[in-house]
Amino acid sequence: MRNDYILGKATRLAYGETLVEIGKQNKNIVVLDADLSKSTMSNRFQATIPERFFNVGISEANMVSMAAGFASSGKIPFASSFATFLMSKGFDQMRQSIAYPNLNVKLCGSHSGICIGEDGPSQMGIEDIALACSLPGFTVVCPADEEAVRQLLPQIVEHNGPVYIRTSRPKAAQIYESSDTLTLGKAQILRDGTDLTIAAMGMMVVEALKAADTLEKIGVSVRVVDFHTIKPVDKATIVSCAKETAAILTVEEHLLDGGLASIIARTVAETHPVKMAFIGLDDYAESGAPDELLDRYGLRAVDIIGKAKELVGLSN
Amino acid sequence: MKNQIKELKLTAIRIREEILKMLAESKSGHPGGSLSAVEIVTALYFGGILKHDPQNPDMPERDRFILSKGHAAPVLYAALAEAGYIDKTLLSTLRKFGSPLQGHPDKRKLPLLEASTGSLGQGISLAIGMAHAALLNHESHQMFVLIGDGESNEGQIWESAMYAGHHKLDNVNVILDFNGYQLDDANRVILDLDPIADKWQANNWHVIDVNGHDMEAVHSALQLAKAFKGKPTVIIARTIKGAGISFMENNNKFHGVAPTQEELKQGLAELQEARAVLV
Ligand SMILES: Cc1ncc(C[n+]2csc(CCOP(=O)(O)OP(=O)(O)O)c2C)c(N)n1
Ligand SMILES: [Mg+2]
Repeated sequence: MRNDYILGKATRLAYGETLVEIGKQNKNIVVLDADLSKSTMSNRFQATIPERFFNVGISEANMVSMAAGFASSGKIPFASSFATFLMSKGFDQMRQSIAYPNLNVKLCGSHSGICIGEDGPSQMGIEDIALACSLPGFTVVCPADEEAVRQLLPQIVEHNGPVYIRTSRPKAAQIYESSDTLTLGKAQILRDGTDLTIAAMGMMVVEALKAADTLEKIGVSVRVVDFHTIKPVDKATIVSCAKETAAILTVEEHLLDGGLASIIARTVAETHPVKMAFIGLDDYAESGAPDELLDRYGLRAVDIIGKAKELVGLSN
Repeated sequence: MKNQIKELKLTAIRIREEILKMLAESKSGHPGGSLSAVEIVTALYFGGILKHDPQNPDMPERDRFILSKGHAAPVLYAALAEAGYIDKTLLSTLRKFGSPLQGHPDKRKLPLLEASTGSLGQGISLAIGMAHAALLNHESHQMFVLIGDGESNEGQIWESAMYAGHHKLDNVNVILDFNGYQLDDANRVILDLDPIADKWQANNWHVIDVNGHDMEAVHSALQLAKAFKGKPTVIIARTIKGAGISFMENNNKFHGVAPTQEELKQGLAELQEARAVLV
């Protein structure tokens, strides 16, 4: 693990590049996009393996059902668009043609969260995790950095079943090194502690780590866990966090209802109730510079520190 | 009439100037599809097509304009400023934190808009709802919807087209900004729309085909659409993406990339030349 938090590639770029690598090895892989390949970065695949790339135009529902058709014919389709358009416009198709028949379709939503910035709320995917997690049989993955994408994508290919992958627009801080081992379905404990667990996903993992650095200095011992696989969630790790630390704080760049907060809280409530607090969004955001928005909507290390102190009974 | 068209052309130049300026200032946004729609939006707001009153934006009898291809927000904002709905100085806040001028039209932040858009494909359906409501209320205002050619890939466009045609909703008017390009590439490469007129005709629409940059033709097409009874009208406006700025025309790099300060200067100079030719 790295601790300098230097910016690396955006997870969407790592997605496009890794897709090319796995596509070269596995001839069954086909890639679909809905007129956003320059943004989702699936155009990397098109540039290298054009015969297995299909741009369906701006027709997300069509794309999702087409992907199901590919999968029922033995191909491994990866279909991408912005997270909001893919999940919202393709949802019935996912339900009917992918989840119900449990087909081996991989879906990738880019431009998740509010850190897309200036384009504003109509383009921000902040319900995508809730929608994807509601579908029985789906595996839902949100990689925190480029290395996480590089390690998880091949495992997603190996996994036989529907998967939703969430990527982000801006450059992501590097958290993992190639010597780290990430396992699909297994939450990654990034640092250990006893007073509090911070459970985060995606772009929020680095904010959690920065918060933990500061909290450590004022004597709060923090465990930070990257829940890169949100569904099926790693129950064993949640239970051990509940037992071994006094409280759990979840952090996500997503609406609080139906996302990481809901999912972890259910396991905690069912197994070993401890105090919890939740950081995330409760409404649509707006246009602005990405950093400005993360500040304004309370998705920063400083916000995590504030909530963490409340949770462990320190005054702010 | 001659004078009115000349005035409209001058207005169109001012709107192009504002589009370039606000996009250069915000350093992000969509010039291509904003510029291709300038004549359409100018004729609508300033050519006496839309019944509207900037002093009274909630006036119940106003005609409704829906920018279904919401990423072209700059052309709408420039027209609203030119008409006096919003202050011109506001244009420089486009896409900035706290501005009512969001990246895509946002009714929460700018309540005088008819709709929040940005997810493509929904504008005609919204207009159909408004059209039915108007008929139920015995109101005579009309709905005008601007859609893109890439946007026309969406199934919902054709669901709504079929519906409005079936129900003969002649108070619904659609203008298709047929600029030949979408995000990833030309329509012809991604999904060819042609024969486009046949598609709308087959859905029982009244179809008008025009050069979308010929102000006089656009203006009379809109007049015709508004007066036409018995069917909804679609105006297929043949346009050029990035129209009016030489280095942006048919250059799809400018679908979603703002001009630099240097490009802004050059663009404004070209518009100044266009003005000189007119006056
Ligand atoms: C449902 C949906 N899918 C994808 C996008 C992303 N997107 C924004 S603009 C655009 C291309 C639009 O092409 P067109 O309608 O031809 O617009 P224009 O050429 O006039 O800019 C795309 C794919 C979107 N805004 N909404
Ligand atoms: Mg177009």
